[in-house]
Amino acid sequence: MDKILETDGERLLVAVRNLLEAKGLVTTAEITERRAITDAANPGQGARMVAKAWTDPAYRVAMLSDGAKAAEALGIPMRGMPPLGVLENTAELHNLVVCTLCSCYPRAVLGYPPFWFKSAAYRARAVRDPRGLLAEWGTHLPEAMKLRVVDSTADYRWMVLPMRPAGTEGWSEEKLASIVREGDMIGVTIPAA
Amino acid sequence: MLAPGSQVLVKNDWPETRGPCHIRTPHYLRGHRGVVVRQFGAFPNPEDLAFARPAARVPLYHVAFSRQDIWPEGSDRDELLVEIYEHWLEPVGAAS
Amino acid sequence: MHDLGGASKFMCEPVDIEAHALTDFDREVDALRQLLGAKEIMGVDELRRGIEAIPEADYLRLSYYRKWIRSITGNLLQKGVITEAELRAELDAGQGRV
Repeated sequence: MDKILETDGERLLVAVRNLLEAKGLVTTAEITERRAITDAANPGQGARMVAKAWTDPAYRVAMLSDGAKAAEALGIPMRGMPPLGVLENTAELHNLVVCTLCSCYPRAVLGYPPFWFKSAAYRARAVRDPRGLLAEWGTHLPEAMKLRVVDSTADYRWMVLPMRPAGTEGWSEEKLASIVREGDMIGVTIPAA
Repeated sequence: MLAPGSQVLVKNDWPETRGPCHIRTPHYLRGHRGVVVRQFGAFPNPEDLAFARPAARVPLYHVAFSRQDIWPEGSDRDELLVEIYEHWLEPVGAAS
Repeated sequence: MHDLGGASKFMCEPVDIEAHALTDFDREVDALRQLLGAKEIMGVDELRRGIEAIPEADYLRLSYYRKWIRSITGNLLQKGVITEAELRAELDAGQGRV
């Protein structure tokens, strides 16, 4: 069996799909539909949550206590998704998310995990040399700031609620959401006005 | 049940050396001490799910560790926060 | 090999922070995995166990979703959802069509 598994992945996929379809287990239409749902999730959804938390104190509290409920409140589909926890950055504490064992990622609110999140270098270095890792993105934390690395090993998925940058006073939620990037919600970068 | 603030020791156990398994406790934490931050409720044990066996629900905790306890280089202000299932944790007595 | 936290061999390796677009193949493997989970044919922990069983050289060489399809296929064979003979025949038929 090991030998047949060494077949090129693209050929394996076609063969497995054909067999599952012939057995009535998985149809092409289902794959197309599932793919469309997955493609629709993107960092813009997490960014909307962040912007709302920045402007609505009650939403911020709700989001920190149950990320999945807070996502659903903005119409983001969470059914069948793992629980979502939210880690709040403050002037004293910066959060960074990694999965050292595989690539657990808050897909419901950020979409597919980016290449770097899945890479061996990111997974190895995040827990051992997190400040050196952040420097790859040009992110430098003050020496006195506590850095908390959250290794996402089990049933929860984690997103970071970054600090609202100075110079954004009076901005609308839409404008605030537009400055929040994927990396800000994993903790490798920090949003700027 | 482990209360928030409890000192715990991650078991220094290596099932990998005994045969096929699927473990969600990272190797770098085994044998290290941490502090329980909160409990998340109970989830089916992935060590059984991975083999499609019936899986009992086990309590899951967020446990904090000092990064420098594990790797001496770097800042002493870094913390690691990791989800760990209860069967991997041993309470550390007040006397020890 | 999968348990990478702090692994010395990667400590000096830079992170490739550029965006890499997913291919149709990647997206289809992803969708297939989700469907197998939703239909309770194969769970995510079974996927992970299958990936962890990939020998180190292949683990580091194969792309993310090539590891996934190898694990998915291995799991489906182990569980008897498909047989090796069926898979062989399907692969041979596909080869003929190319």
